[in-house]
Amino acid sequence: MFDLIFTHFNYAVVIVLMMVGLYVIFATQNLIKKLVGLSVFQTSVFLLYITIGKVSGGQPPILVESHGGDHALLSEPVLVASAAPVATHSGAYGPEVLYSNPLPHVLILTAIVVGVATLAIGLALVVRIREVYSTIEKDEIDALDYHFNLEGIDG
Amino acid sequence: MIPSVLILDIAIMAMLVVVAFAIVRMRSLFAIVMLQGVYSLLCAAWFVSLDAVDVAFTEAAVGAGVSTILMLSAMLLADRQSKPIEMRRQLGPILVVLVTGAALFYAIPDMPAFGAANSPANAYVGMDYIDRTADEIHIPNVVTAVLASYRGFDTFGEVVVIFAAGLGVLLLLGLNGNAGKWRARPNGVNVSSAMLPSAQAATGESVESLANKQSTEIPPAKPNAAKPKKEASKATKGGRS
Repeated sequence: MFDLIFTHFNYAVVIVLMMVGLYVIFATQNLIKKLVGLSVFQTSVFLLYITIGKVSGGQPPILVESHGGDHALLSEPVLVASAAPVATHSGAYGPEVLYSNPLPHVLILTAIVVGVATLAIGLALVVRIREVYSTIEKDEIDALDYHFNLEGIDG
Repeated sequence: MIPSVLILDIAIMAMLVVVAFAIVRMRSLFAIVMLQGVYSLLCAAWFVSLDAVDVAFTEAAVGAGVSTILMLSAMLLADRQSKPIEMRRQLGPILVVLVTGAALFYAIPDMPAFGAANSPANAYVGMDYIDRTADEIHIPNVVTAVLASYRGFDTFGEVVVIFAAGLGVLLLLGLNGNAGKWRARPNGVNVSSAMLPSAQAATGESVESLANKQSTEIPPAKPNAAKPKKEASKATKGGRS
């Protein structure tokens, strides 16, 4: 049980960050702070994916060329673990090198950009809410909504 | 001997947790937004250590750069300070967060160990891309090959999403340059900061009395209604552009 701390520490940190973001989303009444909490939550999910794709002793998934060139500095071969035959690459690009998994990187690249798009929409909504209600605190908005609903549309 | 990469990882993780808790404790929105930028930059640093250099670039540029600017501009248009949360409102969220966190911690032993090369996530299609990129796409960066060629249609869909988001922001904030000037008048009542619950606590008037004053006796009520409005705007210090 105790050795789990050393082999699975990334999940523990990601869960702590995720719960902090979730708490900010739930507890705070300020809409901009809520969006900050959302982005903290989002980034912790990115961290979860990227840590799963990490291969220990691996390199960034940029293929190493064998014949000098731009990537000559990278061409020192990393010792390949015998337990990971699937992770090796031995092609035209050079000696056997252990790479990290590129697939989570691709997924998260897309997610980061889409996350900023949703953040922009959310902030635009906050600005509009501020224009109408003169506040961005959710409890005050709720109180105003309650009041207007009591009065009815015709007053 | 502890490897230096592990020390770096631990240092970055510690700073991430500290910054996240600082975001919870802070009340100045400027500080919160800046800490969010710091958080994104720390994430980018950890991404480099986790071999995700392309993600680190994007996170540093988009997460720490663009989204911080977006939040700062929204903060300028909206408010500078967030109100403190009462204790009774915190108990429910704390309970939910603790239960959810406990459930997630319970699931940790089922996950593959950190850096495991043979975990299901790392064994199949990702390594296929690494094997084939050199022969099929002829560029060294596997992430770019997957993003732009193997999964090109996904990236196209992402561009469509960004276009839709930009269009949505333009429609919400107004194409005709009246952003920040438009005011709604529900029931013929001007919503003002004097009607907020916080302002009523100061003036001792209820929402209903203020609204009735404004809507029924419009000409004589103006000086009466203007006075608490001024006080309230002083009290809340709402920044309005």
